[in-house]
Amino acid sequence: MTGALPGVAPMAVPPGAFLVVATLLFAIGLAGALLKRNALSIFLSIELMLNAVNLLFLTYARMRGDLAGQMIVFFVIAVAAAEAAVGLAIFVALFRTHRTVDVDKIALLKW
Amino acid sequence: MKQLWLIPALPLAGFLLNGLVALVASSMRAEKESGADHPGVPLPYAQRLFHGVVGVGSVGLAAVLSFAALVPYALGSMHAPEGLAPIVQKVYTWMAAGDYTVDVAFRLDTLSALMLSFVTLVGTLIHVYSVGYMQKEEGYGRYFSYLNLFMFAMLTLVLADSLPLLFVGWEGVGLCSYLLIGYYYDKDFAVAAGKKAFIANRVGDFGMVLGIFGVFALFGTADFSFVELAKRQVLAGNAPLGVYAVCLLLFLGACGKSAQGPLYVWLPDAMAGPTPVSALIHAATMVTAGVYLIARCSALFVLAPDALTLVAWIGAGTAIFAATIGLAQNDIKKVLAYSTVSQLGYMFLACGVGAFGAGMFHVFTHSFFKACLFLGSGSVIHAMHHEQDMRKMGGLAGRIPQTFRTMLVATLAIAGIFPLAGFFSKDMILGSAAASGHWVLYLVGLFTAGLTAFYMFRLVSMTFFGAPRGHAEHAHESPATMTVPLWILAAFSVVAGAVGIPAILGGTDAVGRFLEPSVAHPPIGEMAHGLEIGLMLLSLGVAVTGLAWAWRWYGRAAGPVEAVSPQAHAFYEKTGALGRLVANRWNVDEGIEALVLSPFRKIGTFLWRGFDALFIDGIANASAFLVELLGDLLRFFTTGHVRNYALAFTLGFAALVAYVWMS
Repeated sequence: MTGALPGVAPMAVPPGAFLVVATLLFAIGLAGALLKRNALSIFLSIELMLNAVNLLFLTYARMRGDLAGQMIVFFVIAVAAAEAAVGLAIFVALFRTHRTVDVDKIALLKW
Repeated sequence: MKQLWLIPALPLAGFLLNGLVALVASSMRAEKESGADHPGVPLPYAQRLFHGVVGVGSVGLAAVLSFAALVPYALGSMHAPEGLAPIVQKVYTWMAAGDYTVDVAFRLDTLSALMLSFVTLVGTLIHVYSVGYMQKEEGYGRYFSYLNLFMFAMLTLVLADSLPLLFVGWEGVGLCSYLLIGYYYDKDFAVAAGKKAFIANRVGDFGMVLGIFGVFALFGTADFSFVELAKRQVLAGNAPLGVYAVCLLLFLGACGKSAQGPLYVWLPDAMAGPTPVSALIHAATMVTAGVYLIARCSALFVLAPDALTLVAWIGAGTAIFAATIGLAQNDIKKVLAYSTVSQLGYMFLACGVGAFGAGMFHVFTHSFFKACLFLGSGSVIHAMHHEQDMRKMGGLAGRIPQTFRTMLVATLAIAGIFPLAGFFSKDMILGSAAASGHWVLYLVGLFTAGLTAFYMFRLVSMTFFGAPRGHAEHAHESPATMTVPLWILAAFSVVAGAVGIPAILGGTDAVGRFLEPSVAHPPIGEMAHGLEIGLMLLSLGVAVTGLAWAWRWYGRAAGPVEAVSPQAHAFYEKTGALGRLVANRWNVDEGIEALVLSPFRKIGTFLWRGFDALFIDGIANASAFLVELLGDLLRFFTTGHVRNYALAFTLGFAALVAYVWMS
């Protein structure tokens, strides 16, 4: 069901613009995750991708007048927070043992 | 008695107790001595006391219970006109398949009562003897636990009320026989002898198992109620042929266990075990299980007269064959082993001519004098510090007088001298053979009786008479735990025949009438009284001739170790090839090796090299090689770079999206 939620003003910016921004954010994040060598940068890129998806969810939720999309965003934020804690802890541990967070230099699990 | 199951259960409990304590104690000893093995170090006194008390006590108690059960039963049976009905006690249902159930049930009838009496009595005496004989052995606890286990299996065999349960005991005694033959497991020949016994018994058991199936097919049941059905000739299926097949299969089983026909080869080798084991398992009890089986199934065998005739011929053939080998053996235990094979042949001869009662009577008397002889030989070996070669003995009569006297009594008994036990049982067998008209079998039996007397008195003479050879001068008498059982067994060797004195000598043939309700007694013909007396005197004469001959050659033998008796040696030289053949045990072992074992080994080698190693292993190795190859290729994808992996699954996801889009 398409349409505005009751008591909410119609969108000033057209929804297509949000979709373009979200897609661009996701592409930038993906490129960063694949190309950067610093683990922290990769991590930030992944966060970027997550938030691109969040934006997408919100846009569609607004467009469809459905609160389920907003619900999922909350879950994604919560999981991302947990992931951030674990990921950063791993990087700290990595740095302590290898004195680097360059992922190309810690390619240990191979044949 | 209400609880027959207690009789086998007591030795089983003894086995568990002895085995557990022996295991724990030996592992503690090994720990204390930092793993070092000290063979030949006797156990501490307290532990030996425990094993002795548990081992002898459990079997002794079982014997007391047995006699408490069988004496009232036997007396009642003797006075009832038709004999008492068998006492059958079901313990629990073992297997149930539809309407058919196999129960663990025990049966006391006159046949099992007779077996029970000597199995428990001789068993207890041999346990007592073992206390003295084995006291310096490190494996004392292991020995007693095996011996207890054997008694459990043997009593199960004797008391079982069905062929499947009998088979449990049958295999149990076989296992214990194997374990005890290989008691000296650090000696190669003992291990090989144990395996030989086990495998030869497997050949017989193949027939035994098929025979049990056959009985089930014929009668629809495998418990001993089939005996009644057989008596009334209630048969199912293709009866006449089936009965023959079943009889022959069961007889094959009996041959394996009782060392008949070519399957005898394991018994002489079984002498590698400790001597009390030879006495208990390989002379008095286990090896008679085959005769017991035939007597138990006698009603069935009567329906197949030709099979019965085969039994008689195999028995007689084995009797004379083994006796000839016994003539030329120099190992004291080997002589007794061949003598056992020969005497078992007599028992089968008796069964074969239809005199099952006579066969069982000989089982009964034989158990006493053969146990006495074996224990006596153990005492001699003990006195001679483990010397078994009779050529290195001689003149021991004065040095170990108690052993000498008891062995002499048992020898006269086995030779069939009036009025000792062996005379009555052997004469009953020979008389039955003659009465049934099998005169050839009678003559074979008569000749074998002469041979028996000869080789047994040769044994006694070489051991106890003549000049001392080897270390015979330093022999010493055995302790009381060994001599007392000898005396008791010697006493039974004298009087055990009293239960079977034939009518013609003023007796009542009590054992025959006693067994009448449990075994078949086909008519085997009557003999004139004069003829019967004549045959008795003839067999006595043959026995005395054998004794006298042995005395003439060996009684005062003073020759060197290589030719103890010059006369016998001269005779041996004269016999040439035949003598060498006899001395070499008719080359039976070599013949079996050439005709049976070596072809089998060749087939086995072919299957191993040609089929297993090439074909089966080839398949396994080829598949392993393929997997390895695949792994070698795949491992290049594992770069360890997280960015490669990230790219891989980005591409993968893109492909998935593309696929969904397309379809």
